[in-house]
Amino acid sequence: MTTSVRQDVLTAPRAPDGTAAFDRAIATSPWRSALGVLARDPSAIVGMCILLVLALTALAAPVVAPYDPRAQPDILALKHLPPSLGHPFGTDYLSRDVLSRIVYGSRVSLSVAFLSVVVAATIGMGYGAIAGYVGGKLDNVMMRVVDALLSIPRVLLLIAVAALWWDKLGLPGLVLLLGLTGWFEVSRLVRALVLSAREDEFVTAARALGATDTRILVHHVLPQVVSPVLVAATLAIGNVIVIEAGLTYLGMGVRPPNASWGSIFNDGMRDVAGAWWVSVSAGAALVITVLAVNLVADGLRQALNARQLPAR
Amino acid sequence: MTQPALLAVSDLRTYFYTGAGVARAVDGVSFAIGAGETLGIVGESGCGKSVTALSILRLVQQPGRIEPGSHIMFEGQDLMQLDDAGIRRIRGNRIAMIFQEPMTALNPVFTVGDQIAEVARVHAGASRRAAWDRAVEMLTLVGIPAPAERARQYPHQLSGGMRQRVLIAMALVMSPALVIADEPTTALDVTIQAQILELLGDLQQRLGTSIAMITHDLGVIAEVASRVLVMYGGEVVEEARVETLFTEPHHPYTEGLLHAMPRVGRRQERLTVIPGSVPPPTAWPTGCRFRDRCAYAWERCAREHPPLYQIGVGHVSRCHLADEPERRRTTRVISNAAPVIPAGVPGGAA
Repeated sequence: MTTSVRQDVLTAPRAPDGTAAFDRAIATSPWRSALGVLARDPSAIVGMCILLVLALTALAAPVVAPYDPRAQPDILALKHLPPSLGHPFGTDYLSRDVLSRIVYGSRVSLSVAFLSVVVAATIGMGYGAIAGYVGGKLDNVMMRVVDALLSIPRVLLLIAVAALWWDKLGLPGLVLLLGLTGWFEVSRLVRALVLSAREDEFVTAARALGATDTRILVHHVLPQVVSPVLVAATLAIGNVIVIEAGLTYLGMGVRPPNASWGSIFNDGMRDVAGAWWVSVSAGAALVITVLAVNLVADGLRQALNARQLPAR
Repeated sequence: MTQPALLAVSDLRTYFYTGAGVARAVDGVSFAIGAGETLGIVGESGCGKSVTALSILRLVQQPGRIEPGSHIMFEGQDLMQLDDAGIRRIRGNRIAMIFQEPMTALNPVFTVGDQIAEVARVHAGASRRAAWDRAVEMLTLVGIPAPAERARQYPHQLSGGMRQRVLIAMALVMSPALVIADEPTTALDVTIQAQILELLGDLQQRLGTSIAMITHDLGVIAEVASRVLVMYGGEVVEEARVETLFTEPHHPYTEGLLHAMPRVGRRQERLTVIPGSVPPPTAWPTGCRFRDRCAYAWERCAREHPPLYQIGVGHVSRCHLADEPERRRTTRVISNAAPVIPAGVPGGAA
């Protein structure tokens, strides 16, 4: 608090109902105060820093990576080199530098996860909002459909689809596939939130003031939904990174020549006892990323909850 | 009333089709409000007053339904006949509502200025700039100091009293002909209550707005209303001018409400309460709906649903005592002296 604000407090007139004009000096938007809480959460900061470094590394991969990730300088002499100064994470069975591959692999792993969650969250929000806002029979039908879809194990569904269209499935296809199988829970969450937001008195108040359904949905209902969805989506990113790695490990996800952390992990499994560093490096990258994502999601949850309980 | 009524509700029935049966929350309510008049609607929780208010603007949600045969005549048209766009043009424009909870009736993620401006944008198609100016003007009108700065604040930065002023500002943006105030002071402490009531009265004088004041607080009624509707069990049980209601209440329920009111200057160990509580709207008693709690009740009350008996000029009561007044003298249960008008108790006693 600066001195000028204090001056303001002392000189500001008092409202007739006795409220000090103190808070007039700082008009805080709920979003900004949530950011404030987030900025004071050490574990969220650690998580965000890790993600920031990862994102920057992925963007600047050609600069950061010491070698060409696909270069196979000498398959016989340089294969499965243990970590050294020249190759911090060693080399794999084709003599490729593991560090460079992980750096390039992060581009694939992170963007596939991020984009597919965007797809899933968008579909889930639209679907859930319609079900929750319209309600009645439509809601019932839509939610039973989601129940049915949720009863199919996601990974098995993914494997089945990936196996069917194995030839045509490029990276965009993988993103779409992960997105299309990821929105069920989001839609349930959004529906529940919309149902409860619809009961909020300010929604009734807006209706009483003559607002249209679209306006109410966009202005009064969706803002209540955004923060929980943001938290859920962040958690989902961590989840999808793992699923994508799993699919790729099974040979159903990202395919050569593209490499994701899952495929690097898979490469390492050829001789995990002899050259453990390949799989361990890829696994570590995976674990650290997912951990960071979860830290951020946790921080977000707390920050956005704090927004729900403004200081009175 | 000499001039035609601004709002005339006739045989309003709003039923809720719940799993536990049909809840007849509002069951055949008729009343009228004249231009510039303040009508008080009183009753306990669950008597149907809020549902009546919501029904007027057709805001009742599933599983509730306004039954066919209900009519809401307002400015010469039946609101029941309007399509969605038509009723939206009435809401907030010709009839506005002020809600009970200033804490929750404002959207926490928008500034109060935005929320007031929204009304002008929806109804008058005002530009962003013009709507904002109107919002600041409205905040000035409802007596908020430094309105330009306050407009840029979020609801959580305002006190309860100020938020209620903001809600009043939102209701008055389009200078509606009728304002329905649903317990506008219940959530506020007594001094703020008095200020808000004074503000409403003052604005009514200046703008000529009619007000339907819904409350369970007879003190509020005494302060602002000229005519009073007493509701019980989804029905109007008594209607009278405010002076008449306080000096010569007819319906035993009204009598009970008056006796249950604490009053300054009267020494009393404990307040007389009406025994029991409002029965569930899915199962109103046969005959008179108040009979289970009524000290006078006799067999006719169980047998015959009382009509609205004419008691005096503009005074009706739904009680068989109007038909058999001698029964009132023979059953004297409520022992206190005749109720007195609570003279100017600010905000009444909660």
